[in-house]
Amino acid sequence: MGQQVIEILISASFWAAVLRIASPLIFATMGELICERAGVLNLGIEGIMVIGAFAGWMAVYLGLPLWGGVAVAFGAGALFGLLHGVLVVPFGLSQHVVGLGVTLLATATAYFAYRLALPQVTSPPKIVPFQVWEVPVLSDIPLLGPALFAQTPLTYAAFACAGLVAYVLYRTPLGLALRAAGENPAALEAQGVSVTGVRIGAVMVGSGLMAVGGSFLTLSAFSSFFFEMVNGRGWICIALVVFGAWRPGKAVLGALLFAGFDALQIRLQQTPMGAVVPYQLFLMLPYVFSILALVVMSRRAQVPAALMVPYTKGER
Amino acid sequence: MSFAQSGAEVVLRLDQITKRFGRLVANDAISLTLHKGEVLALLGENGAGKTTLMNILFGHYLADEGSVTVFGQPLPAGQPKAALAAGIGMVHQHFTLADQLTVLENITLGTKSLWSLGRGRAAALAKVQALSRDFGLAVAPMARIADLSVGERQRVEILKALYRDARILILDEPTAVLTPQEAEALFQTLRLATARGLSVIFISHKLHEVMGHSDTCVVLRHGRVVGQVATRDTDRRALAALMVGAEMTEATVAPGVPGPVRLSLTGVRAGALRDLTLELRAGTITGLAGVSGNGQAALADLIGGALGPEAGEMRVDGAPVAQWTPRAAIAAGVGRIPEDRHKTGTVADFTLAENAVLETYAQRFARLGFIDWAAVRAHTVALIAGYDVRCPGPEARIRLLSGGNMQKLILGRVMEETPGILIANQPVRGLDVGAIAYVHSRLVAARDAGAAVLLISEDLDEVMGLADVIHVISEGRLSPAFPRGALSQAELGLWMAGQGFAHAA
Amino acid sequence: MRLEPVANPTLLRQLGLPALALGATVLVAMALALLAGANPLAVLGQIVTGAVGSRFAVLETLNRATPLIFTGLAVAVAFRAKLWNIGAEAQLYAGAIIAVLLGTGALGAPFVLPVSAVVALLAGAMLLLVPVLLKVRLGVDEVVTTLLLNFIMALFVSYLLEGPLKDPMGMGWPKSAALIPEARLPRMVEGLRLHWGFGLALIAAGIVWVIHTRTTLGFEMRAVGANIRAARFAGMPVTAVLVKTALLSGGLAALAGWSEVAGAKGHLSLDLSPGFGYTGIIVAMLALLHPLGVVVTALFVAGVFVGADAMSRAAGVPTYIADMLLAVALLFMVLAIALTKVRVVRG
Repeated sequence: MGQQVIEILISASFWAAVLRIASPLIFATMGELICERAGVLNLGIEGIMVIGAFAGWMAVYLGLPLWGGVAVAFGAGALFGLLHGVLVVPFGLSQHVVGLGVTLLATATAYFAYRLALPQVTSPPKIVPFQVWEVPVLSDIPLLGPALFAQTPLTYAAFACAGLVAYVLYRTPLGLALRAAGENPAALEAQGVSVTGVRIGAVMVGSGLMAVGGSFLTLSAFSSFFFEMVNGRGWICIALVVFGAWRPGKAVLGALLFAGFDALQIRLQQTPMGAVVPYQLFLMLPYVFSILALVVMSRRAQVPAALMVPYTKGER
Repeated sequence: MSFAQSGAEVVLRLDQITKRFGRLVANDAISLTLHKGEVLALLGENGAGKTTLMNILFGHYLADEGSVTVFGQPLPAGQPKAALAAGIGMVHQHFTLADQLTVLENITLGTKSLWSLGRGRAAALAKVQALSRDFGLAVAPMARIADLSVGERQRVEILKALYRDARILILDEPTAVLTPQEAEALFQTLRLATARGLSVIFISHKLHEVMGHSDTCVVLRHGRVVGQVATRDTDRRALAALMVGAEMTEATVAPGVPGPVRLSLTGVRAGALRDLTLELRAGTITGLAGVSGNGQAALADLIGGALGPEAGEMRVDGAPVAQWTPRAAIAAGVGRIPEDRHKTGTVADFTLAENAVLETYAQRFARLGFIDWAAVRAHTVALIAGYDVRCPGPEARIRLLSGGNMQKLILGRVMEETPGILIANQPVRGLDVGAIAYVHSRLVAARDAGAAVLLISEDLDEVMGLADVIHVISEGRLSPAFPRGALSQAELGLWMAGQGFAHAA
Repeated sequence: MRLEPVANPTLLRQLGLPALALGATVLVAMALALLAGANPLAVLGQIVTGAVGSRFAVLETLNRATPLIFTGLAVAVAFRAKLWNIGAEAQLYAGAIIAVLLGTGALGAPFVLPVSAVVALLAGAMLLLVPVLLKVRLGVDEVVTTLLLNFIMALFVSYLLEGPLKDPMGMGWPKSAALIPEARLPRMVEGLRLHWGFGLALIAAGIVWVIHTRTTLGFEMRAVGANIRAARFAGMPVTAVLVKTALLSGGLAALAGWSEVAGAKGHLSLDLSPGFGYTGIIVAMLALLHPLGVVVTALFVAGVFVGADAMSRAAGVPTYIADMLLAVALLFMVLAIALTKVRVVRG
């Protein structure tokens, strides 16, 4: 078995798959991270990914260019983010309950709209998804080239997005305000910045990114929209935020690690081992990995102090 | 010569400010004037309306009537941003700092447009360093707030205001969390500020500070201005009379009759506490003085059962304790009045009845796991009557009660068990004068009935007035026991600052 | 704009706002029907008659409500103690597996039903115990762990149905063998297609209500949920309370799966639950976590699903309208409840 694992690990296609599998997770994890850094848990993530997958796909199906589809997905996600933000920030409702409600609503909305738009179909129609774009020169590097630089544009965008999030968070006044909203909102308000505004804004942008992560599934990974295609990826991203200790860089590492497990289990299924061990066991691995990651990291992580704490003006 | 007659420029004018909360009039047509270079003390009991007034000025509340003028310009109401832009800086009683961010980050927060691409860190750093030099506010700009002492945090708060070029500084009870020596340094800074043409309002109920460090005093009572005088033209007695509404009588409590040792700690280490030795005697109030955050919480937790001793010996009525939990402590006769009655003392959404039996439901009011609610109700009705709890009834949610009435219920809940040991942690914080007197009289009554009382307070006057024996706590260490009246306020202050302790462990 | 607490909300406020929330949900339903090109009033009518318009419809609604009462109770018990058990779906399947393991011949009458019920309850309890122990011992957030366990459990069930529990007579379909007749829950009334699972669900609701209002354990559960710091300070055994809550909650959810297999279906398949575990969250929240309220809201939610199915066949509006409406109702309701306690004021 060791032999087979090593063979998998040194193949370029494996690493290319890792990056591909990690891409939607990176978008959505960055989205959740932004929300939580501002102090808002967003359990709407799973449903927002579904609506992103659907809206992006539908837009392209109706004739928009692919990047237009990504933009529509972002907008749809931001809209559900606005709903979540308005309910939990000014009204201070339970972030758990509203988040689950948003997931149910977004998922049902996507399914309802899909059935409404395409009532008759049994096999889902396809679009032409993002194609692999080989980076000139870099993609010619042996092993590394085909692994890292022969991806679809959305994968490059995912990594760029993580870099941008890190820059904004640590290098700009906006990021400072965002972190303050999650650490001590009263400190932010006392400096004349609206906590409500920062938090709702963060939830909207974060939800937009989650939806873009969802749209990766329909616009880059597959070419159609299926029910249950998000399949718990949102919840895994919540685990990845904890695993990454609320830091973008570590969260990306977590996403890559997770994707590595996922890519490995797919390939192990095709080895002789796959004939003996039931395939469900392989499919469980990523979920089990997520739980283990939570167990390992939970103790050490520095949770944003005001996460899940509603803020009321003038109350200290 | 007072500022009013000096012809100095008027920088801030409040005119007829009125604020009502429901039927309560928190501020009743308050007017006051602040001049350039002036230090104005706003004096009043708890609940006199000082904090409300400052919250209006700072835009956290909207006044129902009245207007504010800053440097001749009307200040738009209800906008913290407008107050900041007009040059008003506020240092709140509870600091508004983000613990995980650095000093510099806290200071620069919100000072640049949120949409600018960089933070301009170098320039900000230079400005902060210059300010801390000019105003004597030593603090490391790159340190995380979580690693700073309370005094340092206050300096960050002042730097925050100065960084925004505040011309008017408002400080809410600035010395409540400081040792007397730290407070002295703060007033030095304020003097440097007024020398540079800034103006200062500080809120206080400590007469000696007001007499020592202000130019003008404004006294509030029940939301009204009851006096405005130049400090040099008045004295402590006159101010006290204005504050309380009558000549203040120094409350005198007869000393207790010490009985046997009820609780003893020998060389105990637990949480923040280091090598602690303490005896609580029956018939004695032991006062624990100290600046907040020096181990008071750990000591209260230790005796109350929330924290077990890690080393050393703890005896209750002579017997060493094992398996020390809150329930064991209650069973051993320890009564606990917690520091935070909203967060630890009561369950806000529970009824008075449910809160009244929070500690005793299982032992006194249940059979075979079923609670006898009729008995609970009868018990609560008796508590309400016996401890003068003003409330709609035993089935009302406790969140509807005022702080004083909530505290009376907790007091009743504890006293009804006739505790042999009573820990009262900040028992009168945030209460009005009447409730304070009531709580104090009950503590003394418990002492006279033979309880060993531990009174934890940050208010040195309260400790000196009530306690038969005083300990000072500093950085988790305990001073020797000082009999009542053995040390002056200043001497206790030195102990609070950590002087006199044999050695740092 | 700011929110100000209302000390004593009037009865009008307490009843009017939730009514308004339901009214708004109905408006959304009509808007969705319009969007689907159907007559809104007809769609509403068809949902109502589909849910309660005939003896068949009523029985269908009661049957559909049965697992929802169990999962709703499971969620209500857990959420009351602020234990975020989102894993009722997994616990449900744990109960279903037990019903199959013990009900396909391993045990005979008269023991099979009571024994399999108790073992199912324990299995669900154990399944929730793991995340709860991780929470109280290591501080691992239970929301994510219970959610992820749903996916692991679904794969495990899929493995069982393609492996050890596969029905040899199943023509290759991933389903279990049928339960023996002695392992099936009997009908409550002869001639009516309603099994005893419904009766047990009502009894369970009554028991949970008694626990919550009359016992020390219920008092502790409510106190831990309302203010864990105060509960700990008052000397309540917080960890033990959370563990007991988990056992009760997981057990109740498992009974949902057990009663679906032993009562409604007679075998286990991958489509046993169309998300009863998740819908239980809506049921519990709409009931404001009140155990007796859960019965009412479970009937309501079941009615919406059954009615929407019937309406969908007749009017062609996608059946997912039911999920949308329930999610909307949930969000409107939590907002309405919050607004009974605060009012929006200027300043």
